[in-house]
Amino acid sequence: MKGNLKYLFAGIAFGFILIKSEVVSWFRIQEMFRFQSIFMYGIIGLAVIIGFLSIQIIKRLKLKDIEGTPITIPPKDNSQYTRYIIGGIIFGLGWAMLGACPGPLFALLGAGYTVMIIPIISAVFGTWMYGKMRSRLPH
Amino acid sequence: MLLFLGNKLFGVSENLRHICAACNLGEIKFFDYDWKGKGLWNLFFIGGTVIGGFLANDVFNGDGDIIDISHNTVSTLQSMGIHSFNGLLPGQIFSWSSLSHPAVVLILVGGGFLIGFGSRYAGGCTSGHAISGLADLQIGSLIAVIGFFIGGLIMTYFILPFLLPTLH
Repeated sequence: MKGNLKYLFAGIAFGFILIKSEVVSWFRIQEMFRFQSIFMYGIIGLAVIIGFLSIQIIKRLKLKDIEGTPITIPPKDNSQYTRYIIGGIIFGLGWAMLGACPGPLFALLGAGYTVMIIPIISAVFGTWMYGKMRSRLPH
Repeated sequence: MLLFLGNKLFGVSENLRHICAACNLGEIKFFDYDWKGKGLWNLFFIGGTVIGGFLANDVFNGDGDIIDISHNTVSTLQSMGIHSFNGLLPGQIFSWSSLSHPAVVLILVGGGFLIGFGSRYAGGCTSGHAISGLADLQIGSLIAVIGFFIGGLIMTYFILPFLLPTLH
């Protein structure tokens, strides 16, 4: 319980920033998919660059986390392409339709858009359905 | 910019592999593994995200009410029948009172299902693939992000133009 509190605070920062940076806005997502502004690409691009630099520093300096365990990053399974492209397309359809992906749904719920509980429940159901169908899907 | 300060802090203070916190929620509840051991931290994180959203919108709300999106986007959306541009989301779609409309139910329930199903199928969502995955130079993540955009563009140009005008 106590060890998990730091994640609660990380989550608070995450939710706060998601709202304040406007990346949770349906309008911003519409704008992004219509290539009518660089706003979202700037934020995502900056995130990737900062993430890339952080990972390089962690790897080069062999940094440890606050409990002293070396930080390891397991690679994605790059032998499976089908799942990435088909799963990606399905996710993209939902992302554009809702104008929100999983993190923003929770931030928006907290921000007072209580109706977001509906897509959250539906997303949990979609995840469950994937788990149920998993053995029959091409990966 | 702040978004990534957030992700960065989070990554540095814990294992970077856990960055895609938001995506893993469903797995915790439905699949046969030790979700308390592996996923409890994630539930704390997502609980924090809800609190963070509340603080951002209700406690420190110093920003204006209208998101300053491109004029082209405004006119395109207006031509599809969107007339409420206040707040982060259009109230025409994202409010309890709009639920009487079949297209709204389809967007909320259908969109939610697609992101839940798709993110697990692809093994991650925006944060896991587009941000952490690309930052770690993973080919699979690049393919997934290409998939996100194929799906997103199909929805934006071929499906929403038929769905949104029905909201009138």
